[in-house]
Amino acid sequence: MLGRTLREVSAALKQGQITPTELCQKCLSLIKKTKFLNAYITVSEEAALKQAEESEKRYKEGHSLGDLDGIPIAVKDNFSTSGIETTCASNMLKGYVPPYNATVVQKLLDQGALLMGKTNLDEFAMGSGSTDGIFGPVKNPWSYSKQYRGKRKQKTHGENEDSHWLITGGSSGGSAAAVSAFTCFAALGSDTGGSTRNPAAHCGVVGLKPSYGLVSRHGLIPLVNSMDVPGILTRCVDDAAIVLGVLAGHDPKDSTTVQDPIKPFMLPSLTDVSKLCVGIPKEYLTPELSSEVRSLWSKAADLFESEGAKVIDVSLPHTSYSIVCYHVLCTSEVASNMARFDGLEYGHRCDVDSSTEAMYAATRREGFNDVVRGRILSGNFFLLKENYEKYFVKAQKVRRLIANDFVNVFKSGVDVLLTPTTLREAVPYLEFIKEDNRTRSAQDDIFTQAVNMAGLPAVSVPAALSSQGLPIGLQFIGRAFCDQQLLTVAKWFEKQVQFPVIQLQELMDDCSSIFENEKLTSVSLK
Amino acid sequence: MWARTVCLGFRASAGALRGFTSKADPQGSGRVTAELVEHLERLALVDFGSQEAVARLEKAIAFADRLRAVDTDGVEPMDSVLEDRCLYLRSDSVVEGNCAEELLQNSHRVVEEYFVAPPGNISWSKLDEKGPNSAE
Repeated sequence: MLGRTLREVSAALKQGQITPTELCQKCLSLIKKTKFLNAYITVSEEAALKQAEESEKRYKEGHSLGDLDGIPIAVKDNFSTSGIETTCASNMLKGYVPPYNATVVQKLLDQGALLMGKTNLDEFAMGSGSTDGIFGPVKNPWSYSKQYRGKRKQKTHGENEDSHWLITGGSSGGSAAAVSAFTCFAALGSDTGGSTRNPAAHCGVVGLKPSYGLVSRHGLIPLVNSMDVPGILTRCVDDAAIVLGVLAGHDPKDSTTVQDPIKPFMLPSLTDVSKLCVGIPKEYLTPELSSEVRSLWSKAADLFESEGAKVIDVSLPHTSYSIVCYHVLCTSEVASNMARFDGLEYGHRCDVDSSTEAMYAATRREGFNDVVRGRILSGNFFLLKENYEKYFVKAQKVRRLIANDFVNVFKSGVDVLLTPTTLREAVPYLEFIKEDNRTRSAQDDIFTQAVNMAGLPAVSVPAALSSQGLPIGLQFIGRAFCDQQLLTVAKWFEKQVQFPVIQLQELMDDCSSIFENEKLTSVSLK
Repeated sequence: MWARTVCLGFRASAGALRGFTSKADPQGSGRVTAELVEHLERLALVDFGSQEAVARLEKAIAFADRLRAVDTDGVEPMDSVLEDRCLYLRSDSVVEGNCAEELLQNSHRVVEEYFVAPPGNISWSKLDEKGPNSAE
């Protein structure tokens, strides 16, 4: 039952094949079994069971709220949830309990979804590995899959097999792992530079970044106001569309949401792609791209062409400056957004009392990790009077050029762009941490951040397994506010590639050996 | 369909290949002076904490310098992708609030309905701070 799609489970609930409480309990039990993945920071067991009870009542009385009624979901821990601790994986907000729900959370709850818990992330969503939060890194469920383990030569028994576990990607790694390991049917992430699509690709799930302005950011603890978007992670494209249908729409509490009326939609099942024009941005073919991902990308392009679509090379000339521009704008906005954490009204407060500034400084030193502090300082540098024009305003100008690149490409008749999501498949944690967070982010966000700067919708769809048995995702980028069209194409592609289901049977049986090894892995954590 | 032979020579012309990130970021030119460090720490109220952090800033600046190569003559800065639209403004009527108690609960130090702050108007200097030593 847990392996089914959202739509299937919803139908099962309506038909009484399973009750919301049973479903909730199955998920809770699986969350406990997969605790070593460290995907969840907080499991809201009591709340979820209570919500399940209410949902069950509604089903019995025959007036369920919709497709999401009784469906377990998880939410990234940078969304405010009333009465449930929201930490952003940071000491700064440890113990912080918001008095309100983020709009997207409220919308899900209003539809009867069951909130299973808050998922792990990089501290304040800064990072591309979900390794830099105070609760420790998230482990990729594929590290324990039959597909991956079968390909690895087993080391001598007894030695901890677990030391080579893989990262999930980030920063919404917890959400991606939660969905990938079947502990929930959908999860919310956030996407500022690829934070939903990157872990989706590494964890073999669908990661959707809606158009900027389509989904409310009210309650999403902000990183970069002009680029942040709540992201949706699910196991199939259709499920993502269902969730998007619930979340999209104007929110009076977020004035950056557009007022266009949103009609709920059912994704059509496309059978004929002959009218489709797919663009392949040639600048995305970089030397750092792994040969496997490159070949998969090429195969995908061929697939569209063989089915009658028009596939053309296009150019996004400013691509090579995109990551630099993102770096400047991101750190600048972060410097501004993080200024609210001063210890006075909420969050961590230190004991220094000599002056407000001394207290702020000490609080912030204690509350933030190196990554966050580094970005704040970089941002402040770019915003200095003498640097403002040279860096910040310059980056804003380059941003326009990048956004225009996309506009021009779409104007020329292209419907969607097809690109890789990541440079390569998920790497082992021990390898990932060899470089610092900033370097990794600059490398890993390469294909995803330009989309955030242009505010376009994009979705990562798992395409195939690598030679090591790990998921590789491909990204589709659509026109602004043409999310439905984007998802329609993605759904067609998903059907063609028939991405394999993760085989975690070994995980379920082998739980005891993994728990033993847990003690060993915790040594390698900071 | 999926098992088509792999097209090894990719569609794009080789001339478009460009590295995004140089594996060896050029080391900063040492332009982050001690003065600048102090200035930034004072503005951000966040400390570097170590020489490594200063080195990271230098790398970040060197990285950002690449933007100079872009010709942006006549280009307007872009604040938001929604710049062509009107910002929505609610009507000025109170619909919620009266939650002082809830909000006060999240603070560590309150007195009646006040958030308590240490004295202001005192310039911050590192020497004043009692707390964990910075790693310099």
